[in-house]
Amino acid sequence: MALTNEIIQQKLKEKFGDQLTYWEQPYGMLTFVAEKNINIKVLQFLFEDVELQFRFLTDLQAVHYPDNKGAELAVVYHLHNLVDNVRIRFKVFTDIAKPDVFTATGVYMSANFMERETYDFYGVNFVGHPNLIRILNVDEMDYFPMRKEFPLEDQTRIDKDDEMFGR
Amino acid sequence: MSEHILLPEGSLEKQTTTLNLGPTHPATHGVFQNILEMDGERILKATSTVGYIHRAFEKIAERRPLYQITPLTDRLNYCSSPINNMGWHITCEKLLGLQLPKRVDYLRVIIMELARISDHLICSSIMGVDTGAFTGFLYVMQYRELIYEIYEEVCGSRLTTNIGRIGGFERNFTNKAFEKLEKFLAEYPKTLKEFENLLTRNRIFIDRTTGVGPISAERALNYGFTGPNLRASGVDYDVRVHTPYSSYEDFNFTVPVGTTGDCYDRFLVRNKEMWQSIEIIKQAYQKVQEFKGTDADVYHADAPSYYLPEKKDVYTKMEALIYHFKIVMGETEMPVGEVYSSVEGGNGELGFYLISDGGRTPYRLHFRRPCFIYYQAYPELIKDSMLSDAIITMSSLNLIAGELDA
Repeated sequence: MALTNEIIQQKLKEKFGDQLTYWEQPYGMLTFVAEKNINIKVLQFLFEDVELQFRFLTDLQAVHYPDNKGAELAVVYHLHNLVDNVRIRFKVFTDIAKPDVFTATGVYMSANFMERETYDFYGVNFVGHPNLIRILNVDEMDYFPMRKEFPLEDQTRIDKDDEMFGR
Repeated sequence: MSEHILLPEGSLEKQTTTLNLGPTHPATHGVFQNILEMDGERILKATSTVGYIHRAFEKIAERRPLYQITPLTDRLNYCSSPINNMGWHITCEKLLGLQLPKRVDYLRVIIMELARISDHLICSSIMGVDTGAFTGFLYVMQYRELIYEIYEEVCGSRLTTNIGRIGGFERNFTNKAFEKLEKFLAEYPKTLKEFENLLTRNRIFIDRTTGVGPISAERALNYGFTGPNLRASGVDYDVRVHTPYSSYEDFNFTVPVGTTGDCYDRFLVRNKEMWQSIEIIKQAYQKVQEFKGTDADVYHADAPSYYLPEKKDVYTKMEALIYHFKIVMGETEMPVGEVYSSVEGGNGELGFYLISDGGRTPYRLHFRRPCFIYYQAYPELIKDSMLSDAIITMSSLNLIAGELDA
């Protein structure tokens, strides 16, 4: 029996009940939101369940929603079941003032760099990560540049005088 | 009076040597730094540092309309930029719900498989260079040149191609492009065979690469390996087969897999994939030739609000002028949505995660770069090996600095 989105949804609902919300299927990919303190339990369940076997962490990143007060940062996990070839996505929302999310490195080794990248750009503090330091930006940086409060430079500005590049 | 240089505490009693491999070491073929803790020639511990050419593409993309993001994707894996371009176009088309004509799909397949060949060609021949055989590298480079000439004929540029548009290609393939393709198909297999003869059963090469940097299938999956590196450890995961895009389901090809996941297996898998790519190109070219009459002139989908109209229409027709203006000025609002789409890049699953809030630019765009994800296994792969083996392991992983750092 092929694994369908409905079966996954039903199994997850049986296990976690109301802690998983906002079920959607944009472009065919099952998407839901989990409470932030159970993210590892969800990952573990998806990884270990004999039917679900989501053994491959495709991607992990964050999104910043400044208007979503109290839950500004979303950490997005993309998982892949390679046996039945099904992908799912789930999100965990966290307060930007206290962006603590449990690390997935215990389940997936590949989460190591991806979580460091997410920390680097969004400042999500992955609790329990073995080496949570900046990865792409310089170590001295004291802000998280992908957050929406840092806009890109105005392309039409004329006040900058740069001898080398003539702007 | 100058101050004395203070040595770090415990540095005189230390039994091991700290060695900086990189960031600009010629043998690493890119800007990578590894701080190695060495006991003689043996590596005890490695710490990788990445980010030397980070260019904040994800941030820049948040202010660009869709079509202006294509040149950014060029600069991810610059050995196979057409695959990145196509991957990005396919993501946009998925968001917009565009259906492409079959001919466009087949033309894209030709370009993507050429890019895959040029990517694997570099990696395999560089492995030869790192084991001491320079000839193969110089010999196959002329065929990368032929591939670049085909790109040039199609889009006008060679390395960072910006090839294709959302909905198709910017212009139809010229006869010259097909001639060059035919020339490539006629000559390249012979050269690839010669190249393989040079290395595949070469005693020195085998001794230098078997058992070097192996990884088991389970570890490779857990580390997020994709592409040839994963297939070398024996997992037959290929995005072209698992989630076909661009009509890959119409082609007959096999997915080569290895067994032990060492450097030799990665080399073999890449070479076999090149043979498969040649087969796919032949089939695609045949399918393209089957289009006759007006069908043979189709090179883009009908997507007026994203595909630039022809210049002569812009000067004579009102709608074309409006669309032209809106596209060039980036004033097209895209649909609200959240889409993940991936293609089989040169190194593995190249994914694009695009969130649109209905504006003119993406709300969030994330590139899943295969290099970045599997590079974290490197310290484990080279632990307890010789320094010279670490170099071969790195080149066999086909690390591309541009993809690593985005």
